[in-house]
Amino acid sequence: MINLFFISTEIFLSLSILFLLLIGVFKKNSESFIYNFSCIILLVGLAININLNPQFPIDLFNNSYKIDYFTTLIKSIILISAFLVMLCSLNYVKQNDILKIEYPILILSSILGMLIMVSSNDLIVFYVGLELQSLALYVLAAFKRDNILSSESGLKYFILSALSSGLLLYGCSLIYGFSSSTNFDLIYQNSESIEYGIIFGIVFVLVGLAFKITAVPFHMWAPDVYDGSPTSVTVIFAILPKIAALTVFINFLYGPFLEMFDQWQAVIIFLSIGSMVLGAVAAIGQKKLKRLIAYSSISHMGFALAGLSVGTNEGIQNSIIYLIIYLIMNIAFFCCLFMLKRENQYFDKVEDLSGLSKNHPLLSLSMMIILFSLAGIPPLAGFFAKFYIFTAVIEQSMYFLAIVGLLSTVIAAFYYIRLIKVMYFDEQREKYDLNHSIGLKMILVVSSTIILIYFINPNIINNFVSNITII
Amino acid sequence: MFEVSLGHYLTLGAIIFTIGVIGIFLNRKNVIVILMSIELILLAVNINLVSFSIFLQDLSGQIFTLFILTVAAAEAAIGLAIIVVYYRNAGTIRVEEIENLKG
Repeated sequence: MINLFFISTEIFLSLSILFLLLIGVFKKNSESFIYNFSCIILLVGLAININLNPQFPIDLFNNSYKIDYFTTLIKSIILISAFLVMLCSLNYVKQNDILKIEYPILILSSILGMLIMVSSNDLIVFYVGLELQSLALYVLAAFKRDNILSSESGLKYFILSALSSGLLLYGCSLIYGFSSSTNFDLIYQNSESIEYGIIFGIVFVLVGLAFKITAVPFHMWAPDVYDGSPTSVTVIFAILPKIAALTVFINFLYGPFLEMFDQWQAVIIFLSIGSMVLGAVAAIGQKKLKRLIAYSSISHMGFALAGLSVGTNEGIQNSIIYLIIYLIMNIAFFCCLFMLKRENQYFDKVEDLSGLSKNHPLLSLSMMIILFSLAGIPPLAGFFAKFYIFTAVIEQSMYFLAIVGLLSTVIAAFYYIRLIKVMYFDEQREKYDLNHSIGLKMILVVSSTIILIYFINPNIINNFVSNITII
Repeated sequence: MFEVSLGHYLTLGAIIFTIGVIGIFLNRKNVIVILMSIELILLAVNINLVSFSIFLQDLSGQIFTLFILTVAAAEAAIGLAIIVVYYRNAGTIRVEEIENLKG
């Protein structure tokens, strides 16, 4: 008997998506209602998910779906951040005329796809979850239909992402062929001897996944898509798919292919070094904040991958901590971006920040905290995130990776600090509006406070992660 | 008599896959051609999966193929919709003219 209780989060989300679609059909002008209702749905889904609290790993559906502490934790993180993203982008969505009934429903379905991806223990389930997530995201990127930039970013994201899922599928077919199963556990049993077909397959799947988390050399879509799509969608791109795809990295590499650690470690190190260096160097000349944050997220993903390349439980845990702190910092940064608004027009260039500290001292103070934290300056949370990664890397005496990471942190600090200089020492501009929603202000205050006081008791966050045992 | 073995099917799949990938990168004319190349890649994967499934005497490869066919149809529908939206805004779908986002 299949124990359906343990997938009640997914069942609840899919039923609510169908329900919201019906409301959208039969009730006129229900956009705002559906948006607010889907925020509540995310919260209820979070409550259901926390309530599951599995004490031991549970396998469902003929061992193709796995629920354990790790996947439940990641699902909770995804649901929380989706809720925060929707809450802080409400005003933006309203004023930019993209508040249609489809918008929250698409976000919910991409989140359903992520939840399936995170729990998958089978190539077929994994592929279906991945596609559910990306199909919804293609539409979201092109959601501002009458804007050429948004539709172009949707087109670019669609083409490159479809190509990447094609590569990923080819890898899946090779893995299936050479290990004669699609189930992760059976693949682990069948692939004791190292065959070149399987290694080819792993590399193809890694390429597909690297596209999703924008690791170099598969990053080229990120700046364009981040720049072109509406900011409320950019937040989603910057946070949610990365959590899900990095979890799949962990499940996939440390699950069926643990024995081939030596083979795939080099690939991960390569992706990690490339992302760290390119993210640091390429962001220097950027004039738009969204492009800059795209490169910054590329470099952050490099650090998270460095934690995965270590091959110890500690490295994986530190990667998850890095991911959590990264998402707090990014939500806070985008909250600041949502506040740069004057008479219904939103600004996203570096020069729009100039002289911000004279007109808006509090906003620029929190922006400064966020930027210092992104640059990794002690005692802010971003420093600890990088510190944990470096300790895990150095413990395995991978000094080259650590040195490259440190150097790229130093280079990256330049462009973060340049933004602070623009805010504090450049010429004053016109004032921005102050009538922000309470949700937006609350999220900004809470997240910058967390960044600021994380060092007092790091264990509050770290305790969640320290129970994770993959290997 | 000449016998068609697993190797031949895999070679066919690899050739079609390569044609699809090259088609995406070499094509400078039309976005629709890119859509066709993506379909070619997915077809190559299907050939691979079905031939593996036959030679391994295992059904899950064919089930995987059915899922891929369904998802490919959905993907093509969304892709064409995005192309139509882009055409309305830009008046062209030539690949070399898609360059509003630069930096």
